[in-house]
Amino acid sequence: MGLDLSAAGVTPKAAVLKRASVRFGQFTAIEDLSLEIEAGAFYSVLGPSGCGKSTLLRLVSDLVPAASGSVEVLGKTVEEARLAREFAFVFQDATLLPWRSALKNVELPLEIGKSRGIRLPTGGRTPRELLELVGLKGREDALPHELSGGMRQRVAIARALVCQPRILLMDEPFGALDEITRDHLNLQLLNIWQETGVTVLFVTHSIPEAVFLGQKVLMLKARPGRLKEVVDIDLPYPRLIRDRESPEFIRYASRLRDILEQC
Amino acid sequence: MAVIDRAADSAADPQLAAIRRERFLKAALPICTGIALLLAWEFGVRIFKVPPFIAPAPSDVAMVFVNQWPLLASNFWPTFYESVLGFIAGNTIAIMLAVAFVHSRTAERAFFPIAVFINTIPVLAMAPILVLIFGAGLTAKVVIAALICFFPTLVNMVRGLQSVSPQSLELARILSASKSEVFWKIRLPSSLPFLFSALKIAATTCVIGAIVGEWVGADKGLGALILDSTFNFRSAVLYATVFLSSGLSVLMFALVSLSERLIVRW
Repeated sequence: MGLDLSAAGVTPKAAVLKRASVRFGQFTAIEDLSLEIEAGAFYSVLGPSGCGKSTLLRLVSDLVPAASGSVEVLGKTVEEARLAREFAFVFQDATLLPWRSALKNVELPLEIGKSRGIRLPTGGRTPRELLELVGLKGREDALPHELSGGMRQRVAIARALVCQPRILLMDEPFGALDEITRDHLNLQLLNIWQETGVTVLFVTHSIPEAVFLGQKVLMLKARPGRLKEVVDIDLPYPRLIRDRESPEFIRYASRLRDILEQC
Repeated sequence: MAVIDRAADSAADPQLAAIRRERFLKAALPICTGIALLLAWEFGVRIFKVPPFIAPAPSDVAMVFVNQWPLLASNFWPTFYESVLGFIAGNTIAIMLAVAFVHSRTAERAFFPIAVFINTIPVLAMAPILVLIFGAGLTAKVVIAALICFFPTLVNMVRGLQSVSPQSLELARILSASKSEVFWKIRLPSSLPFLFSALKIAATTCVIGAIVGEWVGADKGLGALILDSTFNFRSAVLYATVFLSSGLSVLMFALVSLSERLIVRW
């Protein structure tokens, strides 16, 4: 988690945005956003709808270009980082290819770009081991339509991890799931984060989810999308579901709600 | 535990039996209706003494299948070849054009209106022109069968290739996939359900195309036999030929459906 370096006064950055703006035609989705994402940290991204949460992830992952300002990912341009598979994206719906089995879906990133010399990782977990990690051992050959929504999302997470990314961008990945499945996947995600040391940017609509997962919560405000505040969540890990009833947790949640109301 | 298991089993059994009964009824009902209609037809013809050249009894038609099978068979195969070749040619061209359309808006703008125009010409009006161009041989019929298959496949294939979700394309972009990787790994498989619904239409229409082609000019084939038996008042042969034509369509449709079930498993 880069603790040695921070002692020397340098905290390694996963991403650095300098006065970055994103425009879609006349519409400004993000304006003058300056932000440093610390490597290895878990960030929740929270804000009213239309505040550019998804756009922020798409800006970092080279899906939308910055109209002005600059974005660096691990000291490289976003394009270099994309070609080096430094980041992976988990979408709101699992976006699995319906004709491929769970295992084949996880293997997809390893098949693409092989012939063009795109860096593909070696020595990490195999697709089979990743499916086991997300609790889908025995369902390798199932087609997506044979899996539940939660299982499909877990396949998507396994697929995101297959290239050993250093940044995991998650756009409301559990938004469409029921609460029990969501709690379960939240815990699993924290385990994966602690084990791999990956930097996570996790967009959510849910204040409790944001507090439960994040070390820091990026609060964005809408029209145009700007950074409102970064809130540190000083709750120890491992976090348990029942911690959400603790007074500290509730204090954080109500504080975030207050900030959100001003956005 | 064992008691519960047995209870669950006996609970499942009547359910299974009910499903089986329903499945049987589903298959049996149309068959029974068909048999009843044939019987009504048979007795209707006999009771009202309908002259055989106006409408033959089903038993007469059945006799044609037994006694004149070589005649039917020798006319079946040419139509079969024309239909299959037309099916392959028309769909191949439609698929290739759809791929071109999806990759180039210019190609779509240039050729799509022409494809629509060709599709609006009634096949009966187009057939004589094609027979004049290609002669009375096999080629004209294959071209007519191909033309009739072409349009539904083109439209469906274009839609299929464009049916990829924006998120899938974002995924491809994040993986830095090349255009050809997107095509082979995402677009083409996505289009298969659309393609097969078009192929199922084409499977039956290509037979119509071949028969219409034979009406305009042929001495062999089911279309030629239909005309010949009509003009000679051999109505039993006419009916048998009509049934055989429909049988050819059903066969083509079944083959396409079977391959769909083997290929599109999601």
